[in-house]
This record gives sequence, structure tokens and C-alpha cells, in this order.
Amino acid sequence: MKLFAFLAVVLTGAALIYSTFDMPDWGDTTSPANAHVSPRYIEQTLNETATPNAVTSVLADYRGFDTLGETTVIFTAAIVCIMLLRTRTDD
Amino acid sequence: MIKRNEDIIIQTVTRLLTPFVQLFALYVIAHGHYSPGGGFQGGCILAASFILMAVANDVAFVKRRLPERLTTALISAGVLIYAGIGLACLMLGANFLDYGILHRVLPVDAVKARALATLGVEIGVGITVMAVMVSIFLNLLSAGRHEEGAVE
Amino acid sequence: MIWQLDIVILVLVVICAIAAISVKDLLGSAVLLGAYSFLMCLLWTGMGAVDVAFTEAAVGAGISTAFFIAAIYQTTRRTRD
Repeated sequence: MKLFAFLAVVLTGAALIYSTFDMPDWGDTTSPANAHVSPRYIEQTLNETATPNAVTSVLADYRGFDTLGETTVIFTAAIVCIMLLRTRTDD
Repeated sequence: MIKRNEDIIIQTVTRLLTPFVQLFALYVIAHGHYSPGGGFQGGCILAASFILMAVANDVAFVKRRLPERLTTALISAGVLIYAGIGLACLMLGANFLDYGILHRVLPVDAVKARALATLGVEIGVGITVMAVMVSIFLNLLSAGRHEEGAVE
Repeated sequence: MIWQLDIVILVLVVICAIAAISVKDLLGSAVLLGAYSFLMCLLWTGMGAVDVAFTEAAVGAGISTAFFIAAIYQTTRRTRD
């Protein structure tokens, strides 16, 4: 059984490494992710949002809905932790 | 067994270090426009200062400064600030979270209004993250029994 | 990116990851995961993703290690398997 688990891990790892050969190079300016919407954000972020750090303007302004969802996830995590762990003994 | 830490060196260093950690956290939140950082990272560092207090002293020490009622209120308040800024844009006639329209209520132009709304959003995220991390840590450390503070 | 530094960090990342799952002491495992997060943070910095590196350092190396240690207080330090 242990050998089977080891083989499964090795095969999955080999498949994942094989699939990385199709990915674009690091910092490739012609890759699809860098070709369409990224240059517009990098060029226009100072004119449109007065925020020099493009990461902050993308996170909180252009993709603000994503960050709202992320904050809601953390909020839910805290509520679930309080509900699961907190035991009231004083009253 | 978590009992009150009585080591004078650890307590003194913690007392000296905590204000600087908190000041750095506020700097990270407020300076997210110009340097790496933002609400999430700043909130985590702010929570780390309270976690340091809890480790160096005990759970009750943090709960005196940050009561459980306040922590739970802050968790909701951060999300409320974020969604409230989005709703304010909706009220003024733009899309949800379309900050540019806020120049009608703020004394700046549309571009600056977006930067200011981004700062408000970061503050909301920071408040939520700080309260969430402190709340989860205190619950984990004392297995949900804050008052006793000590568990086997 | 400096490739010699990258190789060193990547080797250390793999060593930390394997050590974290093979060590019998859960507290040591948590600390090794913190070291792993910090090495990943160095990798992100080398790639120029400073915001990601900052998040990794604050959340991965800082807060989550504290959470692991708090959780280990509620159980035994030794693993059974």
C-alpha cells in the first residue's frame, strides 16, 4: 500500500512537472497573461487612481469585488471558529 | 499547560517592542499606496503584536486590552466599512464599488477620490484581519475557554 | 533573479518540506513550516513580487506558525505515525 501511494505521488509529480514545460517563461512579455489587460493597468493606474503601487490599485480598485469576497471569507472563518471552539462556562 | 509567564526579561522586551510593531503595522496599512503592503499584511502585523502580548503574558492580559465583545464587533465592522463604501457608490448613482463617483461627497476630484476610497477599503480589511487573527488565536490557545486561560 | 541564489533557496525549500513531514516532533514540524514559508518569501522577493512576499512573510511565517503552536498546545507534541 505504501509503494502504491509512493507511485501515485511520483506519477502525479511527473505529470505536473511535464505540464510546466508548456507554460510561458518567467517575465515573458508576450504571454497571454501579460499581453491583454496588464499593460493597461500598469500604464493607466497613476492617471486613473492616483496610486503608484499598481498591486494595491488592482487589488482594491479594479478588482475590488474580489477583495470584498476575500474579506468575507476571512469573516466567515472567524465566525465558524468562534462557533466551533468557544465554550461559555461563566454564564 | 498555559500559565502566566513571569519572566521579567520577556515581559519588559515585549512591553518595549509592542508599540513599534503596532506603529509599523499602521504604516504598512496607510502606506499601501506607495510601497508594498496593504490592509491584509498590516492587519496581520497588528494581530501579531497582540499575539506577542498573549504569548508573553496570558490570555486575560490581552482580553483586558481587547475585550471579546470588541473583537467580535471589529470583525463585522471591517466588512461593513468595505461594503459601506461600495454601497455609498451605489447610492450616488454609480456601480457597486465604483469609487470615482465619491468625488461628489469628498472635497477632491474623481481620481483622488478613488485613491481615498482605496485607503478606506484597506482600513476596513485591516480591521477585519486584525480582529479575526486575534480572535482565532485566543480561541485556539485556550480551547475556547478564555476565562480560565489555562488548560491541560 | 540570481540563479545561484535561486538554486540554494530551492534546495533548502525541498529540504524544509521533506523534513516538516518526516519529523516526529509536531512543534519542530511547525517551525520547519515557518522556515519553508520564509524561504518561499525570499523566492517571491527574487522574482520581484514584493507584495506576495510581504503577505507570505506576515501570514505564512508569522501568523500561521503561531496558530500551529497554539493548536499543538491542545494536543501532544509527539506524532503516532
